Amino acid sequence: MPQNEVVEGLDLDQYKYHFITEDEPVFRSGRGLNEKVVREISAQKDEPEWMLNFRLKALEIYNKKPMPTWGGDLSKLESVLDEIYFYVRPQDKMERSWDDVPPNIKETFERLGIPEAEQKVLAGVGAQYESEMVYHSLKEEWEKKGVIFDSIEDGLKNHPELFREHFGTVIPSADNKFSAMNSAVWSGGSFVYIPPGVELDTPLQAYFRVNQEQMGQFERTLIIADEGSKAHYIEGCTAPMYSTESFHSGVIEIVVKPGAHFRYTTIQNWSNNMYNLVTQRAMVHENATMEWLDGNLGSKLTMKYPSCYLVGEGAHGSVLSIAYSGDGQHQDTGGKVIHAAPNTTSQIVSKSISKGTGRSTYRGLCQVHEGSVNSKSNVECDALLINETSRTDTYPYIEIEEKKSNIGHEATVSKVGDEQLFYLMSRGMNEEEAMALIVRGFIEPIAKLLPLEYAVELNRLIELEMEGSVG
Amino acid sequence: MSDSPILSIKDLHAKVADEEIDILHGLDLELGRGELHAVMGPNGSGKSTLAKVLAGHPGYEVTSGEVLFEGEDLLELEVEERAQKGVFLAFQYPVEVPGVSIANFMRTALQARLEEGEEIDLFDFQDELLGKMELLGMDPSFAERSVNDGFSGGEKKRNEILQMAVLKPKLALMDETDSGLDIDALQVVANGVKKLKEEDPDMTVLIITHYQRVLRYIEPDHVHVMIGGRIARSGGPEVALELEAEGYEQYKEEQPAAS
Repeated sequence: MPQNEVVEGLDLDQYKYHFITEDEPVFRSGRGLNEKVVREISAQKDEPEWMLNFRLKALEIYNKKPMPTWGGDLSKLESVLDEIYFYVRPQDKMERSWDDVPPNIKETFERLGIPEAEQKVLAGVGAQYESEMVYHSLKEEWEKKGVIFDSIEDGLKNHPELFREHFGTVIPSADNKFSAMNSAVWSGGSFVYIPPGVELDTPLQAYFRVNQEQMGQFERTLIIADEGSKAHYIEGCTAPMYSTESFHSGVIEIVVKPGAHFRYTTIQNWSNNMYNLVTQRAMVHENATMEWLDGNLGSKLTMKYPSCYLVGEGAHGSVLSIAYSGDGQHQDTGGKVIHAAPNTTSQIVSKSISKGTGRSTYRGLCQVHEGSVNSKSNVECDALLINETSRTDTYPYIEIEEKKSNIGHEATVSKVGDEQLFYLMSRGMNEEEAMALIVRGFIEPIAKLLPLEYAVELNRLIELEMEGSVG
Repeated sequence: MSDSPILSIKDLHAKVADEEIDILHGLDLELGRGELHAVMGPNGSGKSTLAKVLAGHPGYEVTSGEVLFEGEDLLELEVEERAQKGVFLAFQYPVEVPGVSIANFMRTALQARLEEGEEIDLFDFQDELLGKMELLGMDPSFAERSVNDGFSGGEKKRNEILQMAVLKPKLALMDETDSGLDIDALQVVANGVKKLKEEDPDMTVLIITHYQRVLRYIEPDHVHVMIGGRIARSGGPEVALELEAEGYEQYKEEQPAAS
């Protein structure tokens, strides 16, 4: 077969552009993380004393905990952390101009078919998002039902008791080094409360909440789904997210009370200099259901294992994820399910795609505590390798203390084979179109659960990513 | 122009890409537009290699010879260009594409034939697809299944015929489409080909097969016997009947020594 032409495509792996501004912010904390910085953050936010103490204690824990070595390569992270500013006052955040956004990034937005108003938000140039009107009418409807959907800062201010009762209960500061870091310096994120029995048809979308801090580096989100409620929260966007920062460490805590049903969908596409280390966990009570739907694209290294702690009888948890690793990227992702009550069920489905020198790792834990009789869990991880240089590894940890339980695990690795490509190309598709179709088919079982506009964007993104994958 | 063959193969030599020895040893074959040809041969005679070389399989390499499709050098074209110009290969072993429905697959294949910026009309496509399925006696739900994923042998071959119906090739190469089928499935597939041929009498069909039985359902205009990588004999339908009676034994001594 004749040599394939390399298509001059937009390679989303190659974010070498940074936004350049001439003005330096008026106030920044000093570089690196120390007590002064933590006190400054708390003071700026005018927080109650308990929160300041919470932060300071977390800082102590952070300083004591060693850098984890069990996952992705964090050996260069310390020098990154020494250089970053852990807090920039919101009013001092860099004002970027649309004209500063590099043309190729604008072109990527165009090709993804994102309206210009939304493009500006994504590029962090702070324009008003045009759906603000839509948001306001939804907000009124939610308020009538007693739903709280606020920034985390406003949550603490306006609902202090509800906040304090749950904050830090799902993910204690001492859980891991980065949950400790986040607990010390968190800023931005959402606070959500769904009252008992309330069911929301429209998903709560984080980007509706126009807030300067919504895409904070150390976002902290606390969600409480009260008894018998039902809701869906969506965060992120398939479009590339541009940040001058190279470190993101979020903590997402969700409490799903008896009989409630909650789904949390995240799609994130970070620039390839980003360390993305996120702790997401849900405490799932009796007969409640928690579903994580997680899409990770971009970043230099992502370590993220959404978890469900099934603590009530009959609780169900599922973690469905898609990871895409391009050249030089490592997605170390998966899920954790802890069965700590009888008759609990769970499911982990993880699909990863590695292209070029990209590497995907599935890392998962399924734990069944003694006494969690009749628990059932099914873990399935499928990896797709696009090129010979792509890599995938699987680390499924299974710890079972209860004999009367049923745990299944299945892992597959497939390569896009010559025969498969030839089949599609013999129908008239070129190699890139064929590759994109194979990849779309591979993630289809999870992509079909996404809201339509996200699924469409994800498909377009995959087409763009497959450009230049051959040749 | 209409008298010139749609496909003309001259002295074709070809081999598996990373091997030394040719499988095709100077094959000559001409197909007139709208004709139905059968190439028959025992295992190892190079039948499937011929089909794959014509479709442009990357695992095979042409060492010498010429193939003209409508007067154009076919061997110079990419796999997808051959398909877009009207060459279709019905696979002996169709490949699974999990998560991609037949409808989506066909739509993508048709979309690939359009110019940049042109979009396929989804309603027209739907009508076309359902129409072809009706013609071939298939249930509409078939189009929603993932391509060949968990299909029986018969379903895979029917899917090939459906694709052929939707893509409307000028030249259909059928690589052992009859292999592994029971009589019922064979009849369905053969009837499908006949119907498509009735719809488009200009479509040229090359059936590649080991056995004569498929030719009971689709009568060829010309039958060629392939032995040792070249055509050993050409004739009418009677050649197939002869083969059925006498087998490939009679051609054994004519096989060239491997060199």
